[in-house]
Amino acid sequence: MKEIKKFIAGDYDVIVVGAGHAGVEAALASARMGLNTMIMTMNLDSIAALSCNPNIGGTGKGHLVREIDALGGEMALNIDRSFIQSRMLNTSKGPAVHSLRVQADKKKYHIEMKKVLENEPNLTLRQAEVIDVLLENDEVRGVLTRTGAVYNCKAVVLATGTYLRGRVFIGEVNYESGPDGMFPSILLSDALKAKGFKLRRLKTGTPARVHRDSIDFSKMEIQPGDEEIIPFSFMNMGKDFNIKQEPCYLTYTTEKMHEIIRKNLHRSPMYSGEIDGVGPRYCPSIEDKVVRFADKKKHQVFIEPEGLDTKEMYVQGVSSTLPEEVQLEMYREIIGLENVQFMRSAYAIEYDAIDATILKRTLEHKEIKNLFFAGQINGSSGYEEAAAQGLIAGINAALNIKGEEPFILDRSEAYIGVLIDDLVTKKTDEPYRMMTSRAEYRLTLRQDNADLRLTEKGYKLGLVTEERYRRTMEKKKAIESELERLKKVQINPTKENNQILESLNSTPIKNPMTLYDLIKRPELGYDILKPLDPDRPELLREIRLQVETEIKYEGYIKKQMMQIEQFKKLENKKLDPDLDYNEIKGLSNEAKQKLNDIKPDSVGQASRISGVSPSDINVLLIYLEQKRRKERKEVNE
Amino acid sequence: MTIAAISTAVGEAGIGIVRISGKKSLEIANKVFKGNKVEELNEGHSKRLVYGHIVDRENNKIIDEVLISFMKGPHTYTREDMVEIYCHGGIISVRKVLDLVLKNGARLAEPGEFTKRAFLNGRLDLSQAEAVIDMIRAKTDKSFETSLNQLEGSISAKIKEIRDILLEMIAHVEASIDFPDEDIEEVTYEDLEERALKVKEKIEKLLETADRGRILRDGLNTVILGKPNVGKSSLLNAILRENRAIVTDIPGTTRDIIEEYVNIDGIPLRIIDTAGIRKTEDIVEQIGVNRAKKSVEKADLIIAVFDISRELSDEDFQIIDIVKDKKSIILLNKIDLPNKFSKSYIQSLIGDKLIIETSVASGIGVEVLEKSIKDMFYSGEVEIHSDTVITNLRHKNQLEKALENINSALNDIRNYIPIDCIEVDLKNCWDNLGEISGETIDEDILDKIFSEFCIGK
Repeated sequence: MKEIKKFIAGDYDVIVVGAGHAGVEAALASARMGLNTMIMTMNLDSIAALSCNPNIGGTGKGHLVREIDALGGEMALNIDRSFIQSRMLNTSKGPAVHSLRVQADKKKYHIEMKKVLENEPNLTLRQAEVIDVLLENDEVRGVLTRTGAVYNCKAVVLATGTYLRGRVFIGEVNYESGPDGMFPSILLSDALKAKGFKLRRLKTGTPARVHRDSIDFSKMEIQPGDEEIIPFSFMNMGKDFNIKQEPCYLTYTTEKMHEIIRKNLHRSPMYSGEIDGVGPRYCPSIEDKVVRFADKKKHQVFIEPEGLDTKEMYVQGVSSTLPEEVQLEMYREIIGLENVQFMRSAYAIEYDAIDATILKRTLEHKEIKNLFFAGQINGSSGYEEAAAQGLIAGINAALNIKGEEPFILDRSEAYIGVLIDDLVTKKTDEPYRMMTSRAEYRLTLRQDNADLRLTEKGYKLGLVTEERYRRTMEKKKAIESELERLKKVQINPTKENNQILESLNSTPIKNPMTLYDLIKRPELGYDILKPLDPDRPELLREIRLQVETEIKYEGYIKKQMMQIEQFKKLENKKLDPDLDYNEIKGLSNEAKQKLNDIKPDSVGQASRISGVSPSDINVLLIYLEQKRRKERKEVNE
Repeated sequence: MTIAAISTAVGEAGIGIVRISGKKSLEIANKVFKGNKVEELNEGHSKRLVYGHIVDRENNKIIDEVLISFMKGPHTYTREDMVEIYCHGGIISVRKVLDLVLKNGARLAEPGEFTKRAFLNGRLDLSQAEAVIDMIRAKTDKSFETSLNQLEGSISAKIKEIRDILLEMIAHVEASIDFPDEDIEEVTYEDLEERALKVKEKIEKLLETADRGRILRDGLNTVILGKPNVGKSSLLNAILRENRAIVTDIPGTTRDIIEEYVNIDGIPLRIIDTAGIRKTEDIVEQIGVNRAKKSVEKADLIIAVFDISRELSDEDFQIIDIVKDKKSIILLNKIDLPNKFSKSYIQSLIGDKLIIETSVASGIGVEVLEKSIKDMFYSGEVEIHSDTVITNLRHKNQLEKALENINSALNDIRNYIPIDCIEVDLKNCWDNLGEISGETIDEDILDKIFSEFCIGK
């Protein structure tokens, strides 16, 4: 390659490479914390692109969005500006796993986020291809673009998504490409490799987009949004949205379709071995589903709108790497898609990622100062997972430059903490998706109390506006005083009261009982006991919900708090990052190697490394105890 | 550091073993051992018995004629290089060999240090390490077998069985929560209830053995009760005569409590002979009486002795009151003397209890008593051999916690509480059980265990 002429193009505190969901949160956090920030993308039209499914939220992911919001991030606010359908999932289950998921208008989501970036003081938007990160003595100095521009900076956040050495696969055809027809980022991958980074290949896939008019919806089950719209952002609670919601549709694959897939399996690069990248198990291609669940006669397919201003429809559940002509043939065997017209084909994309165990829990590289990584490059999948990492990386880049203490959330504080701890601790070999089951303490980590958990932290960081902080504090106070009040409201066993109880299918009371205790009955709740509580203050839905949850699940929450205490004990047993585990007798060889690799910062983190067994942890605990005793002895002498 | 200790019980025995463990085991062995045919022990001799003498090289004096075995790590008890020297029994010879070993570079092992090394070197998991401690502390052969069973992982296997059910339940609950859109089978309350019941039953079954486990380890708490001169001491002596007494803990006057450990066909008894229960002004005797009442409260079995040659007194009636709702055997002693009341009379007072007529002084009925004791606690000896018996208090406590949690889960399942709440109890239960096998890390566990190592060998 010809030597490019370099020139100094500017000076920034923080430069974020990539303007996907991780990039925008990182850039906004840094800028909002007062640092001179630039966000760079290969194409300004791809800012906050929803390149795959048109949804935000869902189980686990919805929790992340709420947490990002509580900390002063943008994702929740932006989807509240651009959603076209809203549903709360899991409502038949407990409040801890209720999950908000909405359909996004993709274009609108992009446009609204771009506006936010454009209007942010301290933030510069720049379309350019970053081809190198400039380092000096293992410290970040700047970035170099393809046109030779050198931007000096103190910290860099790499949020390259699926662009880094992206390669698209459609059947036997494959070529270097970013997602959805964008250019790939090849030179940066080369540069990182030259610096000694070990890059691995991950894979993800997306289904076809089809023309709305070519679908027979009469054969499908309609899936409308919820009547009551609950927003994502805590700032929008109680707001009247007044939008007409777009429905989605449920339909099924057929045996005939499965037959076509089986017949053409050898033409899929996944099966012929052309793709090295590992794909996510929970988001399998249709080929995978048919092969792995061979006895299943049909699979679900959801038809979802891509936006209000387009007739493109997303065919959820049918991502594929089969050749284009096979794709069309098999899609036409889906019920209702007999005459379907493709607008964009399904494809798989393979991209470079790092092994995130080289990162600290701030998402900073362990050896290279001020180099941060966020999003898919860390081995995660999903918009929400990316955004959460972007936020944490942006915050910590800013804190580093300010010379302040890092910001780390632990597993008992937030799903974000679980996500990042998993990424930097466990060697995941497939793209990581957030799920509620990954969170040990989900009864306390609810999506409805994310603000109560995190907003104060966000405020201290300078990310949360005065208004948001005030709202949260008021909410906190209202919940507390209502809980206190309910403990004092006594219900007497009068005839009228018992009639009301009976009408609610609840056993009459013989002795006076507080309203607080009555709410605990499984068949009762806060709202339906209103007839017994004439002096009840008018409270917002979100506050009523908190009150009810706190009362009804008090026992379980207490149990979980005890688990958390236990967890903190191990988390507080710190391990020296320079510790040589080969020196510790009794550890298994595998544990020694893994521990030396990852260098956990606490016994708690060590216990989550795969290959480190409880016996190894016991050895570590004994080692620490011996060391402590020895040190104490030395001090005494 | 290479350690050494005498590994057999101190006392008269055919052989005594001195054990050495650590890097320098072989080197030390060669300093003290002179083989008849073997010039020098080397790795080729690993796990072979070599005949020769222990010789103090300073004065070339032979200490003992021995068999020696070198065992190359890591396939040894401690996973380190080990040497065992089989000396002639008796304290003097073994002691001298140990002294010589220590003089040649080994350090005297702390109590439990071999086991500790075995554990630290990953040779044993927690439950196994504890079993070793139990084994060391086992007071009878039967207890020894139970510990051995646990050592082989039979507890771990049972626990794993229960944890597997719990894991399935948890996985099913998680899947329902995380994939509400997928057409996977929703978890049903009926299904959860069925499985929770299974878990509960299995835990209960293990717990049932816990009491027996304690009995096996500490001995069955057996209290002999009766007014003065009914023949309590004679009874105790009769049992001791026929069986091997193990320890005499508290020697004292007849007014105090006498504890004896005795082994009846492998079942350890801790027999407590009490002073008679009666109102007394004598302070020494008063203390004895109070302690007798306390022992009765803690007793696993009461043997109440009545003198059939005397009329029943107030004290006898008091005793009848005490034993009425306790596990007890009634002895009508001095049956060879003229009877003052009948067996059926006392049966009518005391209800459905086993009554044995004895003359302890002339040895009548003692065997019947012993057989009855066995029958009462074990319905058949075979069961003891094959059962996994929980002998460890920590295990028992964890099982109790696990039971509490599964009961709570069961209760919630029956009340249709949301599954994510139920899961909290299921997870706790899973963790409780994991702590027994050491699969769950409990930060406090180690303190508990290592405090026990100091008791062992």
